[in-house]
Amino acid sequence: MPAVQETIDQVSLIDVDQYKYGFVTDIESDRAPKGLSEDIVRFISAKKNEPEWMLEWRLEAYRRWLTMTEPKWARVHYPKIDFDDLYYYSAPKSTKGPKSLDEVDPELLATYEKLGIPLREREILAGVEGASDRRVAVDAVFDSVSVVTTFKEELKKAGVIFCAISEAIREYPEIVKKYLGSVVPTTDNYYATLNSAVFSDGSFVYIPEGVRCPMELSTYFRINERNTGQFERTLIIAEKGAYVSYLEGCTAPMRDENQLHAAVVELVALDDAEIKYSTVQNWYPGDKDGKGGIYNFVTKRGDCRGDRSKISWTQVETGSAITWKYPSCILRGDDSQGEFYSIAVSNGYQQVDSGTKMIHLGKRTKSRIISKGIAAGRSDNTYRGLVSAHRKASGARNFTNCDSLLIGDKCGAHTVPYIESKNASAVFEHEATTSKIADDQLFYCLQRGLSSEEAVALIVNGFVKDVIQQLPMEFAVEAQKLISISLEGSVG
Amino acid sequence: MNAQPRILRTQAEDTLAAEFAAARTQLPGSTAIASAREAAFAAFQKVGLPHRRVEAWKYTDLRALLRSVPPLALDIAVDGVVPADPLIGFDRARIVIIDGVFRPELSDLSGIEGATITPTVELLRADDARIGARLGAIDDAVVSLNTALMVGGVAIDVPEGVTVARAIEIAHVTTAAIGVHVRNIVTVGADASLRVVESHVGSVGSAYQANVVTEATIGDRAKVVWAKLQAEGDASVHLGTLAVSIGKETQFDHLVLMTGATVSRSQTFVTFTGEFARAGLFGATMIGGRQHADIMLGVDHAVPNGQSRERFKAVMDGRADGIFQGRIVVRPDAQKVDARMMTQGLLLSEESSFSAKPELEIFADDVQCAHGATSGQIDDDMLFYLLSRGIPKAEAETLLVTAFLAEAIEGLGDEAIGAAFEAIAGQWLAARGSEAAA
Repeated sequence: MPAVQETIDQVSLIDVDQYKYGFVTDIESDRAPKGLSEDIVRFISAKKNEPEWMLEWRLEAYRRWLTMTEPKWARVHYPKIDFDDLYYYSAPKSTKGPKSLDEVDPELLATYEKLGIPLREREILAGVEGASDRRVAVDAVFDSVSVVTTFKEELKKAGVIFCAISEAIREYPEIVKKYLGSVVPTTDNYYATLNSAVFSDGSFVYIPEGVRCPMELSTYFRINERNTGQFERTLIIAEKGAYVSYLEGCTAPMRDENQLHAAVVELVALDDAEIKYSTVQNWYPGDKDGKGGIYNFVTKRGDCRGDRSKISWTQVETGSAITWKYPSCILRGDDSQGEFYSIAVSNGYQQVDSGTKMIHLGKRTKSRIISKGIAAGRSDNTYRGLVSAHRKASGARNFTNCDSLLIGDKCGAHTVPYIESKNASAVFEHEATTSKIADDQLFYCLQRGLSSEEAVALIVNGFVKDVIQQLPMEFAVEAQKLISISLEGSVG
Repeated sequence: MNAQPRILRTQAEDTLAAEFAAARTQLPGSTAIASAREAAFAAFQKVGLPHRRVEAWKYTDLRALLRSVPPLALDIAVDGVVPADPLIGFDRARIVIIDGVFRPELSDLSGIEGATITPTVELLRADDARIGARLGAIDDAVVSLNTALMVGGVAIDVPEGVTVARAIEIAHVTTAAIGVHVRNIVTVGADASLRVVESHVGSVGSAYQANVVTEATIGDRAKVVWAKLQAEGDASVHLGTLAVSIGKETQFDHLVLMTGATVSRSQTFVTFTGEFARAGLFGATMIGGRQHADIMLGVDHAVPNGQSRERFKAVMDGRADGIFQGRIVVRPDAQKVDARMMTQGLLLSEESSFSAKPELEIFADDVQCAHGATSGQIDDDMLFYLLSRGIPKAEAETLLVTAFLAEAIEGLGDEAIGAAFEAIAGQWLAARGSEAAA
């Protein structure tokens, strides 16, 4: 469809306001004063009852952050962020140590219910009929604190630790000390350093040697407060031979101003361990004029530290005004594997600059990148990725496929891959295409009686199938729905 | 560009500043050109030599690679040793530029009736509007440096409808350890046809630095074949830029062959200014030892209905670093563009490396764009097949590398030039084979 007037009209009418998680929960909250200073860092640390070493760690990061400048290389444009106009800590007032779910503020429970997140253990359903024996343990993070973690006891029996990171710092300082900042150093980049200084909560997962985590673990992040930045920190450690599948979901209310979300996720996989990390990112993308929305500036990195370890990232990105993230794998162990499957859908005025880094250090390391970008409306969608093989990475293998689909003539799709090979026996293959939905495919569907919207949804779902297949089942269903909602109204 | 402000200057930057200060009054050109030189040098000084943090130069850190700068070649003929002609046997007219100066007495301008050859110096004195006309959108420190210091070179004019019978070689020869800044201007009128071979050679062991910028404007429905041979001396630095705009329904075929210099960077910027134009852009790099060769390609589909094909191959031996950076931009409303870019690196030794950055930047929806990139060594299965047929290993490797490079060289679609360039590739492989045998 070359830009027929009808398409342009439809695109201009895009109702990005269909964001259904845009409500605000009216809940009393406990906030730190606005702005950022050493005192705020101390305040957050004190709120969390953190040991001295943690405070020192934070302060060091904060001092470092003061010397850094904001990165400008990504293909995203936004007004300068005033870091002193943000609240760095906000917690629902009633969460001071609820003993059970019954003590949790009902407002809060209602919020999660509205979001469709099962927090009551007895209500845990897989979301898919007929699969009711599948259970998911949930850690719910509301603004700056983790409000509840389900199935804790049962996980404990298996030896799995799944709790809020603030709790882990108090309860398991040795493990946290050993691994925190070992994949993403505090000095890594501007936003990771900021996160190191002010991170408030997040999830901590530890799977002991040889344990296959008995259920899927998941965290739901919710930003509720106005002007708050959410800085969560997630740390997942899989000991030798362990396996875990972890899901992450994100939503936020509709607000006119932009909100900052700068998370850090660190994964460590030791010998023969496997970590599967899936994200459905659905932060508020802003309204139809590009007003409001979340700035999603995230550092996610996995370290395949052990031989034969495997880390797999799967992401469905439909939300956020600006997304800027590159979930990466450091393939250090021999024969380790990294995977990255991504669907990034942008509409309205959204800007996405996302991709991955696969750094091959060990022998016979393998990686696979499948990225599908869909740009509609006036959005910009960039894939930026690095594949590198170092001198010792003999027999390294990479396959990369990134396809972009453009819907409408006001959007942009860009591909910026970096391929760096320093080893002759490393074999890298990269392919990328950009096109619109083929007229003949569309015609075929229309001719069989589908409406043009249904036809586009069908073709787009076919386009992203490779990635959807990698998602755990309950996410796959959600992701498919999300993609059709995101694209609603973008075709004539 | 995202260069950080810097205070510290490298020794090379200091030398350049001193050279410019000493030479500014002697450099040829009108007052307008003189002020253009001042502005260009100021622009250069602001950012300095390109380094890792300048995205377009990510893999070629000139700040680190250029330790020193040789003296400028001004209007003097140094007359060192002229190296052997690498294209011997290939029939063409020859424009010879020695040490940055056009030498009519050494040139052969027969068989190119219709075309006019003028020394660039005359254009500079006459304040010709074509100087810098193609460089507006290019923000590059090396091009700025060339503008500040340009002296020699030629202008080739092919009027409307003229088909130049013989191919024209612009032979750049450097004979001593000097800094050479050449500017060439090529204008091809509508419906005209021209074949150009741009060659770069220099004396062995001489640490010269050649910075050559060529601006070309190709009219509607013209047909241009442009092959570049970079076979510079083994101790030299080569910085070459070709900025070309192609008009409506033109056919532009371009090939870059890189074998020489210690450090080389070849930049090609193609802008589509008319619809239904077609560009074929090819490259072959063959390097070994400690050579560093970087090919940069920018294709700007500024108008609808353009077609471009890019195919770049690189073979690295020894401790060589091969680089390809390609960028295809499809502007808003440049619908129906069809662009395909392929880049492949072949590593022949453990210590060689290949880096590629094939970019697509697309702002129109009804387009077909694709790129592919691979890196690896000679396929074991292919090698085994040939060995099992009784072909010795060295010969089998040569055969496979030749086939690998041929895909790029043949893309040019000009048999005579293709054959001459394939012969040069063959010599490189033969030299490699005899080294391996010894």
